[in-house]
Amino acid sequence: MKDITILSGKGGTGKTSITAALASVIENTVFVDADVDAADLHIIFQPKNKETHVFEGAWVASIDTDLCTNCGLCQQHCKFEAIHFKSDGGLQIDPFACEGCRLCERVCPTQAISSMRSINNHWYVSDTRFGPLVHAKMGPGEENSGKLVTQIRKSAKDIALEIKADFILNDGPPGIGCAAIASITGADAVILVTEPSKSGFHDIVRLIELVQSFNIPMYALINKFDINLDITKQMESFFAREGIQLMGKLPFSEEMVYSMVEKKTMVEYNKDSEIVNTLSELWKKIASSELKMEH
Amino acid sequence: MAFKVAIASGKGGTGKTTFAVNLFSSINENWTRSVQLVDCDVEEPNDLLFFPNFSVKSEKPVEHVIPEIDTAKCTFCKKCEDYCEFNAIVMMPSMQYATVNKDLCHSCGACFVACEFDAIHETTDTIGTVTNYNIGNEMSLMEGNLRIGSPLQTILIKDLKNNLVGEHDILIYDAPPGTSCPVVETISDADFVILVTEPTPFGVYDLKLTVDLLREVNKPFGVFVNKAGLGNSEVYEFLKAENIDLLGEIPFSKEYAGLYSKGEIVRCVPLEFAKVYKEVVEYLKKLN
Ligand code: SF4
Ligand code: SF4
Ligand code: SF4
Ligand code: SF4
Repeated sequence: MKDITILSGKGGTGKTSITAALASVIENTVFVDADVDAADLHIIFQPKNKETHVFEGAWVASIDTDLCTNCGLCQQHCKFEAIHFKSDGGLQIDPFACEGCRLCERVCPTQAISSMRSINNHWYVSDTRFGPLVHAKMGPGEENSGKLVTQIRKSAKDIALEIKADFILNDGPPGIGCAAIASITGADAVILVTEPSKSGFHDIVRLIELVQSFNIPMYALINKFDINLDITKQMESFFAREGIQLMGKLPFSEEMVYSMVEKKTMVEYNKDSEIVNTLSELWKKIASSELKMEH
Repeated sequence: MAFKVAIASGKGGTGKTTFAVNLFSSINENWTRSVQLVDCDVEEPNDLLFFPNFSVKSEKPVEHVIPEIDTAKCTFCKKCEDYCEFNAIVMMPSMQYATVNKDLCHSCGACFVACEFDAIHETTDTIGTVTNYNIGNEMSLMEGNLRIGSPLQTILIKDLKNNLVGEHDILIYDAPPGTSCPVVETISDADFVILVTEPTPFGVYDLKLTVDLLREVNKPFGVFVNKAGLGNSEVYEFLKAENIDLLGEIPFSKEYAGLYSKGEIVRCVPLEFAKVYKEVVEYLKKLN
């Protein structure tokens, strides 16, 4: 079984549409929407929910004003300026500023502070027309998205082992932070989706630096290559220099957007398009390549 | 106090950066020259790419205090490890080994309070940089840049804001994508938030999540639609039903996408687009 993650540095490069299009091409795969902060794959996948799980988020402290003597000790210790005096003189904790370190709870002489884990995050196991999908929804302003990504990838792996899937395909989160790191850890390969713009180039260079530190094979795909042929060229030579195989280039296509509006994958929308051809070729190459086998 | 406007979008790639950069220049032209652009997308700061003639005015590393364990004094009582909610302290008493994983440490200070044996001392670690750029015409851009691999996005954004240089009437915060902690940190002191979206099912779904967040933290906001005409009308129906102000829209054009890709947007905004940004500026003037 091969565990493959699709990443793009920044959002908006068409990564989710490409993941969806691939879903129509690949068989026997478990899908993971690892962009837990803004999960969108379900819009096209139309999942039928089978299991719902609560994912416990960070601790959030709160003050019991009946026990509090307003000594201010907690406020002095909180490094995150989350504890404030209210207009009525009492103290309160701003749940959005609280990092959940629980130090205030430990220093309070009257045990007026207690912490609870937020339960605003959920993750789901669903059936879809392409196979099982593990996805999540984070509560607004939550932290720990990296841990949630690790959780859903673990669940996907269990499912993949059980049904003897050939692949796990992760639609990764944007950025290069902890969620992106959690979506790469232990993967067998990363597919980089980029677009030829100055910012796209800048983002992909940072992302490559990150993935290289994990020593995982990378494949690149340039989307909307015809928007700027100069930058496309520069990217091609950059990938060559870095030893990253360019698996294909997709033209800019309004069809990509309209397939999304109709909640269809590109294959379902127009299976004869150039995009579908390129993606099928790409998948054939990746599926037959010698990926590092870990399992 | 400066009037602070944050630019956010649930989903990446909606054109948030383009919007922030253009709004910034439009304010500079049509309102006040005392405006500063602050790139809070510290994982992938991109605003600077639109100002090729920049020069660095000042740059400073952002350090945060992390503990260092003196194994000569440590009794391996493990109290600090127990206090650390972020699993940043690793110790193996049998081997007299104790260390701090600096990438996990949130600098909360709990372990310092925990240790009764004076075995923990302060040291610092660099989590990124804050840079102040001169971007021509006396305009200033400040940017935070997170060290690759560091999870302390939120802390760096806070540091960036604490280190803003110069007195400005207006600050434009370009927020990271999404709806999680770093976004909340960016908008926390904003007077108004502009959500940039695109009229596609993905765009609308993510917009709804962001609207939920803004209502929860009680921030006034309006919506700007980018790439208008590219998808369907769902976003307009949503804004109407929820009574949310539509601040303006910019039609999708492949030519414009080409300009954007070259980072040439500021000097090449077509006239009719410049008008749209000016209207947003007028809207903000009324709020201030
Ligand atoms: S430390 Fe405890 S008693 Fe003192 S102000 Fe804080 S909550 Fe109140
Ligand atoms: S748990 Fe930590 S961050 Fe939260 S209020 Fe207490 S001291 Fe501050
Ligand atoms: S400062 Fe806080 S996060 Fe860092 S090691 Fe100490 S207890 Fe852990
Ligand atoms: S609390 Fe102090 S003495 Fe105890 S294990 Fe930690 S560093 Fe060592």
